[in-house]
Amino acid sequence: MMVSLKELKPNESGIITSIGGTRPIRRRLMDMGITPGARIIMRKVAPLGDPIEINIRGYELSIRKAEADQITVER
Amino acid sequence: MSYRFALAGNPNSGKTTLFNSLTGNNAHVGNWPGVTVERKEGKCKKTSENIMIVDLPGIYSLSPYTPEEIVARDFLTLDRPDAIINIVDATNIERNLYLTTQLLELGIPTIIALNMMDELELRGDKIDIINLEKQLGVPVVPITASKNQGITELLEKALSLELGHDLTHKNALNNSKICDTIQTISDLLTANGYSNTLYNAIKLMEKDEKIKDTLKLSPSLNLAVDKAVAQAEHQTGQEIEMMIADLRYKYITESISKFVQKGRKEGDLTFSDKIDKIVTHRILGLPIFFLIMYLVFQVAVGTIGAWVVDPFSAFLTETLPNVATEFLTWAGASEVTQGLVVGGIITGLGNILSFLPQIILLFLCLSVLEDIGYMSRVAFVMDRLFQYFGLSGKAFVPLLMGYGCSVPAIMATRTLEDEKSRRLAITLMPFMSCSARLPVYAVFAGSFFAAHQGLIVFSLYSLGIIVAMLSCLLLNKTVLKGDAAPFVMELPPYRIPTLKATTLHTWEKAKGYVIKVGTVLLTMSVAIWFLQTFNFSLQMVDDSSKSIFGVIGGAISPIFAWNGFGYIKDTGAVHWQIGAALLTGLIAKEAVVSTLGILYINQGTEELTGALSTALQTHFTPLAAFSVMVFVLLYVPCFAAIATAKKELNSWKWTLFTIAYQCGTAWLISMVVYQAGHFLGIGLA
Repeated sequence: MMVSLKELKPNESGIITSIGGTRPIRRRLMDMGITPGARIIMRKVAPLGDPIEINIRGYELSIRKAEADQITVER
Repeated sequence: MSYRFALAGNPNSGKTTLFNSLTGNNAHVGNWPGVTVERKEGKCKKTSENIMIVDLPGIYSLSPYTPEEIVARDFLTLDRPDAIINIVDATNIERNLYLTTQLLELGIPTIIALNMMDELELRGDKIDIINLEKQLGVPVVPITASKNQGITELLEKALSLELGHDLTHKNALNNSKICDTIQTISDLLTANGYSNTLYNAIKLMEKDEKIKDTLKLSPSLNLAVDKAVAQAEHQTGQEIEMMIADLRYKYITESISKFVQKGRKEGDLTFSDKIDKIVTHRILGLPIFFLIMYLVFQVAVGTIGAWVVDPFSAFLTETLPNVATEFLTWAGASEVTQGLVVGGIITGLGNILSFLPQIILLFLCLSVLEDIGYMSRVAFVMDRLFQYFGLSGKAFVPLLMGYGCSVPAIMATRTLEDEKSRRLAITLMPFMSCSARLPVYAVFAGSFFAAHQGLIVFSLYSLGIIVAMLSCLLLNKTVLKGDAAPFVMELPPYRIPTLKATTLHTWEKAKGYVIKVGTVLLTMSVAIWFLQTFNFSLQMVDDSSKSIFGVIGGAISPIFAWNGFGYIKDTGAVHWQIGAALLTGLIAKEAVVSTLGILYINQGTEELTGALSTALQTHFTPLAAFSVMVFVLLYVPCFAAIATAKKELNSWKWTLFTIAYQCGTAWLISMVVYQAGHFLGIGLA
């Protein structure tokens, strides 16, 4: 099922299918390894509800929900 | 021959540690992104060859986002080092090699230093280095920079590279759908006399504006390039920029993954993850953060600090001046000499140096937090709050550095992506109480609120934060409108700080402080003594209020009438000493204390042994003392900070705005605090 990354529950994982958003931020996300086909694991949400922590390509990355909403994953 | 080697790699991959190991320097190493904000150079001490090592800021790709990333890219592409030592974190190899694929396109001789091999082994992972080397087409040397392992071999192999020549390395984008387009553009550039064509061709395809500006293509060539790119986009039906990033990662996963053997399953929890479960926990995260901050202040300025500071301070401000006076009297020194040595030098420096233990403790705490890797967790935990104020959690690290010293903190704002956040952070920086203000608080709080010293200092630090927050809201609505910056941040693994690194780190900062005290403040102390001993006709005066300093201080003091310290408490005379002291505080905040020390104690009305506290108590009410502390907290840190801000903001208009904003805020808040206290009848006796 295709959902936005934001909708994954902690410890759930998905395969990235597409990345939306404006150009500079999209490019930055891809530079950090968020590319189609990569597996992404939702780790947790920060204490105040934003940002989120994800595991991608074996390391931990933090992005905001606004960006996570632009990333579509196959659950 | 002399050569220049550049150290390039991702943030947190250990570049600075390797740099220190190669050059024997003690550069500042920290476990969070953005520690190296400007490139550093040092001579390599491990070989007889003449090699300069250049440590660059960490970068994730050759498409820069932040000013510090531009520093790194410009050095690599415009200055072209003779070789690149690409440092790759072996425990995070997939993402680290993404930069490698781009570095190889520069055509500069390159060697890969595969770092953190010890951590890799601990995780139970293995890398087939021989085959990895074959696949990448450049030498790969396993090292552990923190333990000095593999450094000699790395250097030997680096020296055997074809230094200074342009080379063709393996290209990650070969055999891809856009390979032909790259070739076409590359040929066009070669035909028009451009060098380094592979890199430039790829950057042009990515529509990199900065490269377009540097290359200054002729209109016809520009048109030909655009046509080739448009054609490729049409054929593949994808945006080239995205496709290139995707192709690079595909190349890495397909060709590299077979050489990396993971001891754990993907996504399994590491030791760091387990710590993070608690430290960044939804409910526990914030209380832990506040607890840590509270502990830091208790250690640095609270009970534990006082335990170290008090005896040290007593020696410097009481014992030493007394002994010196006795000695000089015995030696038959003139009154002027005695005044200069005891009143000018010993009192001035003693008052400042007596706070050295506290400053060392504060630096020690911050160093430990940095070296552990807690700083990026702080950014993670605090981001939501910062979003509300129009900043990102990343601004927390520079702002926190502001507690040490505003100068490096202002420089560290280069880790922020957009101009708006940087301006905002630089304007707010002085509200983060720098360590030079600590002596001022310590002396005032110690004299007036001895029983609640820790609490008073804590209230000042908190007030600084509150003023910073309100300023954010105000500036965001007025002069700095715009959207909040995005937030994409790596959370590096926790590392146990080594005793060596932490001591070095603390020592570096403490040394900076002692040097500042020893040079700037010594000159200042002598100058202040001179200005308060002589009048404008250069005659010695008995009453220092008639001295040069007395006149200037007297002229500005009435500004503080509403703040409660413009006039001396009982007599109501113009309080010229505080005006003069605040003025010298612009050169360095510590000078406020030394100036007061010199001005009060040398008036002849006080005994030296009574020291500064007694003098302060006769000049200020407790409320006025608090008001002074508030003013000192908020007004511009020092000339060095102003100069740094000017450099970073690159605009006189903005620099003058920040100065006016900070001084205005300081005056206003301190006035409000005093008037409110006065109305409520607090602390007037």
